[in-house]
Amino acid sequence: MDFDYSEEQRLLDETVRRLVKDEYEFAARKKYLAEPQGFSAAMWAKYAELGLLGLPFAEEYGGFGGGGIETMIVMEALGRGLALEPYLATVVLGGGLIALAGSDGQKSDILPEIAAGKMMLAFAQGERHSRFDLAHVETTAKAQGAGFALNGRKTVVLHGGAAHKFVVSARTAGSGNDKSGITLFVVDRDAKGVTVRDYPTVDGLRAADVTLADVAVGADAVLGPRDNAYPLIVRATDRAVAALCAEAIGIIETLNAMTLDYVKTRKQFGVAIGSFQVIQHRLVDMLINAEQAKSMEILAAMSIDGNDQRERERAVSAAKVQIGQSGRFVGQQAIQLHGGIGMTDEYAAGHYFKRLSSIEHTFGDTDYHLDRFPAF
Amino acid sequence: MELSYTKEEQEFRQEVRAFLKEKLPADLARKVKESKITTRDDMMRWHRILYEKGWIAPAWPKQYGGAEWSIIQRHIYDEEAAEAGAPAVAPFGLVMCGPVVMKFGNQKQKDFFLPKILSGDIVFCQGYSEPGSGSDLASLKTKAERDGDNYRVNGQKTWTSMARWADWIFCLVRTDPAAKKQEGISFLLIDMKTPGIRVRPIVTMDGGAEINETFFDDVIVPQANRIGEENKGWTYAKYLLGNERTSIGQVGGSKRELKKLKDIAKAEHMDQSRRFRDKVALLEIELMALEQSNLRMIASLSGGKDPGAEASILKIRGSEIQQRITELTFEALGPVALPFQREAMEEGWNGEIVGPDYAPPVAPKYFNMRKTSIYGGSNEIQHNILAKAVLGL
Repeated sequence: MDFDYSEEQRLLDETVRRLVKDEYEFAARKKYLAEPQGFSAAMWAKYAELGLLGLPFAEEYGGFGGGGIETMIVMEALGRGLALEPYLATVVLGGGLIALAGSDGQKSDILPEIAAGKMMLAFAQGERHSRFDLAHVETTAKAQGAGFALNGRKTVVLHGGAAHKFVVSARTAGSGNDKSGITLFVVDRDAKGVTVRDYPTVDGLRAADVTLADVAVGADAVLGPRDNAYPLIVRATDRAVAALCAEAIGIIETLNAMTLDYVKTRKQFGVAIGSFQVIQHRLVDMLINAEQAKSMEILAAMSIDGNDQRERERAVSAAKVQIGQSGRFVGQQAIQLHGGIGMTDEYAAGHYFKRLSSIEHTFGDTDYHLDRFPAF
Repeated sequence: MELSYTKEEQEFRQEVRAFLKEKLPADLARKVKESKITTRDDMMRWHRILYEKGWIAPAWPKQYGGAEWSIIQRHIYDEEAAEAGAPAVAPFGLVMCGPVVMKFGNQKQKDFFLPKILSGDIVFCQGYSEPGSGSDLASLKTKAERDGDNYRVNGQKTWTSMARWADWIFCLVRTDPAAKKQEGISFLLIDMKTPGIRVRPIVTMDGGAEINETFFDDVIVPQANRIGEENKGWTYAKYLLGNERTSIGQVGGSKRELKKLKDIAKAEHMDQSRRFRDKVALLEIELMALEQSNLRMIASLSGGKDPGAEASILKIRGSEIQQRITELTFEALGPVALPFQREAMEEGWNGEIVGPDYAPPVAPKYFNMRKTSIYGGSNEIQHNILAKAVLGL
């Protein structure tokens, strides 16, 4: 039993932490936000240079063969800086799906491009009424000639605006929320009939609605097994959940440090407010929440590559529940203890709180994962 | 990073499992699993079995007759023993007083007490709390005045668990009333048969009486029974509190009790209630997080790091989870838990139980477990410790 990083992991951790510390100060983030795509093109290039964009891919595709722990290390650091770039959308989700299910051709066409920082992906899965049900796919793919015609509308596609290609889920059989009959397609953003409406989300990141109107794709656009992509979608989404949990830990720990620092310096009634027991005990509760959440973050990251599906889903859902609850507590208390300044746009705490809140409502909220957790 | 155990550790687990299967008396395990009242004889029967095996003192060094297990081995043993339903072994001599004697006692004290603590010939109880000294332990008033080669002890201790079962008590007493409160305290070992000691059981709200008041009325104690220096008792007491924190979260016992909660809930068809099911799921997730936090602490201890005040996190969460399990078990039974049937929890009672067999201990256990967030440093004190030691507030 060992919870220490290996030498390579320790180096990775140091590298990404330093990068975020040096390049992702709150003031810098504001500048990145103002860039045309809503994030920093230069940072994306740096990620590529450091090998982060190919981290989970096999070496033959320009990657490093990293697993759950490596992704955790990167996401945690990105959380600390509230990084804006589409790492989750491109590397974990889009790239993750290609790596999981792609043909040799798809993998060698796409993965090295992602690793080099030249291509971004987005996973066009959610629809207006799907909420967190991964089987709820109304978008259709009808056989047309040798290929398919796609029709439908995907919503809140993370970083859809920046994507060069979409992985789109569409129904090739069945209806409603049947688990069978779903197929994944790789669709070019420039394909005829694809419309992308890009918008900011409440946390400052970007998402898009993607409309598909008679989009013609060839048979080679199919990603993974026809009619049976559901397990694939679940697996990739679970990886995204584990990654989001790690991002949340970066945020929770930052908020705790920020709040601790604040109560030690903020004076009222002639003393630092941290000298009041009511404040001290609140901060201890925030610490306990962070520790419990951290434990579950690690458990999810360690379980995510395992082959036992039930164990994997159990760990991931438990982690999302714990982190959802801990994140909400820490986020709300951090704002509370900062008082008025915590409410302002110019202060960082509110931005961390907003990102935590977004994470809670992405890929299954606390109730959804509590429901999926096998209690009896 | 590696969550699994080494081959040697897995073999050790098998060895523990085989031992428990062979040696743990079935009637004892049943009592524990059914939350029946255990007696001194029950406890000592298991004590002697462990003693004969050489496993009674997992953390003690071999030179004193301990098993000298690694932290991970101790954790494995705790897990297996809890799951198998092994009765608790009284911690007062083995975990608390013994290590203090080892570290600060003189050779004569070591030779006399350590073998008897191991064999069970001396069962200790703990004389810390007083009616006026709970969380503010150092304000204790029980005084020991010099009287020739002896001390004359007067005062009162309270919440003394197992006082009626114990042969000896280790006591914090005031030897210098003029000194600042932490500085005038000494650590005395007192034979419970000494004239002037009187023990009165305290009935708790669950109907049990595991705790007592212990009165000292001109009790003569040889100075030779003082551990270490006079007026240095607070240092020894603090050392004692820092010991054996691998099981502070009570993860093993909570896993066993959660399983029982689920069995009862199923029998009561409460697994069909969505609201109840969610509460159990949430509790199980909290326990998973606690287990994982506990493993992280064990791994870090095992790597030679000092967990320090972070063990307080495990105490807080562990006690809350223990309480929550009993709370939900009570909820699962509802009105069927209401008949008060204390006699049904006693060994050998053959009457007819109202309701299912598992009903009688459920409500008393819920009431009884409120103690966990009060004893061992109340959870509020644990918050103070964390605020000071970890957060620097």
